[in-house]
Amino acid sequence: METLKKITASPLFLPLFALAVLLIFNIIFVDGFLTIEMTDDGRLYGRLIDILNRSSSLIILSLGMTFVIATSGIDISVGSVIAISSAVCCTLIGGSGDGTAEYPMILAMLAAVLAGVLCGVWNGLLVAKFKIQPVVATLILMTAGRGIAQLITEGQIITVYYKPFAYIGSSIPGNILPTTIFIAIAMILLVTFIIKKTSIGLFVQSVGINSTASRFTGINVTFVIFLVYAFSGFCAGVSGLIESSLIRAADANNAGLNMEMDAILAVALGGTLLSGGKFNIGGSVIGAITIQTLTTTMYALGVSSEQLPVIKAVAVIILCLMQSSKFRIMFNNWKSRNKVGPQGEKNFLMDEKAVNKA
Amino acid sequence: MNSKLRKLLNEAISSQYFSFFVTVILFLVLYAVGIMTYKGFMRPQVFFNLFIDNAALIIVTIGITFTLLTGGIDLSVGAVVALSCMILASLLQNTGVPVPVAVLAVLLLGIFIGGVQGYLITAFNMQPFIVTLAGMFFCRGLTAVISRETISITNDFYVSIASERIDIFGLGFISIGAVVALLSLFIAAIVLKYTKFGRTIFALGGNAASASLMGLPVFKTRIMVYVISGFCAALGGVVYSWIMLSGYTLHGLGMEMDAIASSVIGGTLLTGGVGFIPGTLFGVLIQGVILTFITFQGTLSAWWTKIVVGALLCIFIIMQALITERKSKLSSKSSIEAAKQ
Amino acid sequence: MGDLLLEMRQIDKVFPGVKALSGVDFTLRSGEIHSIMGENGAGKSTLIKVLTGVYPRDGGSIYMEGKPIAPRTPKEAQEEGISTVYQEVNLCANLTVAENIFIGRQPTKHGFIDWKQMNTRAQELLQKLNVDIDVTKTLDHYSVAIQQMIAIARSVDVSAKILILDEPTSSLDEQETQKLFTVIRRLKKQGMGIIFISHFLEQIYDLCEKITILRNGELVGTYDVAKLPRVELIAKMIGKDLSALKDFDKSEEKSVPSAEVFLDAKNISCIGKLNHMDVKIHKGEVMGFAGLLGSGRTETAELLFGINKITAGEIVVNGIKMSLDEPMKAMQQKIAFCPEDRKQQGVIGDLSVRENIILALQAKDGIFHHIPLKEQIIIADDCIKLLNIKVSDREQLIKNLSGGNQQKAIIARWLATNPELLILDEPTRGIDVGTKNEIQKMAVTLAKQKGMAVVFISSEMDEMIRTCSKLIVLRDRNKVAEIEGDAISSENVMRAIAGGDA
Repeated sequence: METLKKITASPLFLPLFALAVLLIFNIIFVDGFLTIEMTDDGRLYGRLIDILNRSSSLIILSLGMTFVIATSGIDISVGSVIAISSAVCCTLIGGSGDGTAEYPMILAMLAAVLAGVLCGVWNGLLVAKFKIQPVVATLILMTAGRGIAQLITEGQIITVYYKPFAYIGSSIPGNILPTTIFIAIAMILLVTFIIKKTSIGLFVQSVGINSTASRFTGINVTFVIFLVYAFSGFCAGVSGLIESSLIRAADANNAGLNMEMDAILAVALGGTLLSGGKFNIGGSVIGAITIQTLTTTMYALGVSSEQLPVIKAVAVIILCLMQSSKFRIMFNNWKSRNKVGPQGEKNFLMDEKAVNKA
Repeated sequence: MNSKLRKLLNEAISSQYFSFFVTVILFLVLYAVGIMTYKGFMRPQVFFNLFIDNAALIIVTIGITFTLLTGGIDLSVGAVVALSCMILASLLQNTGVPVPVAVLAVLLLGIFIGGVQGYLITAFNMQPFIVTLAGMFFCRGLTAVISRETISITNDFYVSIASERIDIFGLGFISIGAVVALLSLFIAAIVLKYTKFGRTIFALGGNAASASLMGLPVFKTRIMVYVISGFCAALGGVVYSWIMLSGYTLHGLGMEMDAIASSVIGGTLLTGGVGFIPGTLFGVLIQGVILTFITFQGTLSAWWTKIVVGALLCIFIIMQALITERKSKLSSKSSIEAAKQ
Repeated sequence: MGDLLLEMRQIDKVFPGVKALSGVDFTLRSGEIHSIMGENGAGKSTLIKVLTGVYPRDGGSIYMEGKPIAPRTPKEAQEEGISTVYQEVNLCANLTVAENIFIGRQPTKHGFIDWKQMNTRAQELLQKLNVDIDVTKTLDHYSVAIQQMIAIARSVDVSAKILILDEPTSSLDEQETQKLFTVIRRLKKQGMGIIFISHFLEQIYDLCEKITILRNGELVGTYDVAKLPRVELIAKMIGKDLSALKDFDKSEEKSVPSAEVFLDAKNISCIGKLNHMDVKIHKGEVMGFAGLLGSGRTETAELLFGINKITAGEIVVNGIKMSLDEPMKAMQQKIAFCPEDRKQQGVIGDLSVRENIILALQAKDGIFHHIPLKEQIIIADDCIKLLNIKVSDREQLIKNLSGGNQQKAIIARWLATNPELLILDEPTRGIDVGTKNEIQKMAVTLAKQKGMAVVFISSEMDEMIRTCSKLIVLRDRNKVAEIEGDAISSENVMRAIAGGDA
């Protein structure tokens, strides 16, 4: 019993449990879910590989989103930044039918990531310097971003015929696993390195938990907030490369569509509180894989990509309720059958102030 | 003389209507540029078209303004518009439900969605952006659940409402949608200025703690603004369906930002407590003028509107932030300055 | 003074872990101006919040004009005729003056708000208080002094029988205060009962007839102002019997300040926070800032640490003029500040004890010079041992520690930065006696053995007397005295604080 309690109390429990449920569901209902085969040219493929492949960009996105949410902020522009990044990359490589690249692919890739960083810097300035609410600041880029992407691609969907570009989304010849998995692992390692070798992780948590006390401790709160948005843009830039490579095109309207919700879900599922504070990178990674599995499972059940958001919306609300202290109080009261409803007029605003002002 | 001018300027900037003045002037300037650039701009119908084409946005903006006034936000409005259109189309085309009933059903749905969101936000202290973001995804997804294909509305009665033209002194015509929009503006302005409920909204947005201590019904009011926003989104959806005569999953995409932008450009402070309905009208009109410009121009893509609107929103928000910072610096000295006078 | 207006008997109020009020009695008559006094945590705010329906009471009874009442919301208290004007003027800056007065009860015509009538009535109400302003302008056009008048006008119009003024003069200057007092005296003549909460001694002696003193949630007593000398008042507030005080001044070996001046603050001030301060802090010295709540002690400390920027004067550290406009700049000058409100300004609740301890040091080292975990553990363990912090595990979340241990952890945080000046603002508030002693001893040891300059701010007189070799006395945001060496005694300090005719 004790060990069971310990396991369920662990923050990784929820995403792992959800993932396990989904995997079991798939194993039962989907033929050959666990089958992994080798192709003639030495690549592994199978449904599991496919899920890992597709969750890579979401994992990367969630890494950036985790830091932003940890500072009590949010970045809903990431989907549009993916569109911008893929537009930059594909435009620079060019869609010439003879399979050549206008600019060297490496340059195009760097430019795309740089575009992502610039978007992040833009968001960071608005939130950290001008103190604009994160949701509105990132809403601007969320809506205008796709327009910018359209401008870059001149309203076209640019299909890239340059062969090496596809290697990002699938695999480099000779490798058994898709490149995306390696990119995701590299990003996870990068973030782990950053957290272990610098104090940014500590500062981010500190700012999210109590920004006033953080200021009193000498932490440059403005800089920390700026940095997390810039990093989120960086992650979105990298994700953009993967997303466009997967379809070998830049589609300004559909690239990264709804991925902001997926990222937020992944982070919340992974144990990071949406109100900010301590974060859980491992949880976000598992959360991302879980959300991707959910998506794939839903598709397998016949739910279309436009309909899927309904389920995700419900999931987010449930997660938020679980994180809401008022809800937990209500729930506990209901469990002990005291029938105390949600607080009415009187204690509405007094709660938090009550005990401190004795 | 110089200090008097400075004082006047300070007064003007710190006035709550400063943003409104800027918006009106901006609108007039844009319109003037339009007239000078394109002959066609001179026709009165161009002006009336602003109301016809943007009727839905006007109504949705009114609703979102109510939530912004309390310091909240409603990101679901565009999705509710889409859902409304789809439900209307589906009901009118696939069932025998009469038009008034279908419209009523949609409006009730808007109230319900707003109520649920408002309750989650108020009772559980959940952040408005995440609840309404989820609402946005939910409603848009639900739209696709009803139908992934476009459903055209061919119901005769409905089409006749949509194509009804009301003559304005022989200079041109407007649509029923535009009339609904104007009526909504009027009612909203009255409610916000002349009812206790409206004034409580302002108090709540200005200082929620004070409002509570002054004995105002903070809990109820906060839920109500989301109900109103949901209702307006649904009503906007009805009007939108008169323009588009179809249900489609991509209707109203990005409308939430257009609405927020219009409201902010019209003088609503994102932090709450300040807003002016006539201002929000001009905010929408500016967007309309920009779009008209682009249409006249012919070569620029419609995406430019989104970018320009985004840029305008940015400028106005930064302007608001700077003015607020300046104001707080001024007021901390005010008690000493008052003594010197 | 007239009939009995309000009677509060044996009021109890309990919060989790704290008994905020215990058997408090309070009586108010009509036409009486009655002050409630007490230091921070004494219970004055709680008593008022119980009376005005912000908190429910846990015991006792309240009678209004003989009738028992139990207001459960501020609105109900208002309906009983009890109105409050809070220190942070609880009005809405974005609404007009007239609207602030009438919101929730605006005059209507045919169901719609009648703005014209509202404006006219507002104008009349304010003129009765000798305030002649444009009521159609928004509240933020006016100074805090005027805003308070508006708040009072609202309270009076809500047919208040009792007007509670909570620290009304904290943001006012001399002229504005006198205007306010004229208004209060006029209301008194009209038969209103007025409760005046303030820590400004001069003003209480000027305005009030009766004083009720609270300490640690209990009633010390109710006295006639005319019969209570200032020094006695302060003694009762801090809990010392005047005669018994003379025995307490036995001190251990205090530290002897070196001649070297670490920090020289020359005529510094900050608008709205501190009027004037001259202080030289020597190395190896334990200096105390004495004074009542709101006298400017914390404000001075915050200026020395860069939380706020001085608007006049200069700060010289080790002979070099410094612009301390943010905490990091002060930290780089080896200044450390342990703030007064440990919950809001000190403790990062969800982080571990270890993380809280090394946080300032890490901030100083910067983002890229990450202190390795092994080193963090050593630092944290050393601090835990040195300060005797009771933790089951250094990885424990700091929010789960007791108040005393949390405070020690925050002090440890600053000690870890190896400062040359350590400012401790109320380091022993809300802590058990044993820990209090430890902290006091530590302050002296740091000065004696490490040559650290220590500033010790405390509301408890005997603490400062025991530890400090020099006391700066503040009153009403000015420095009024400097007491050192043998002259340090509770009596001298209290006389300095009291000023006037003690």
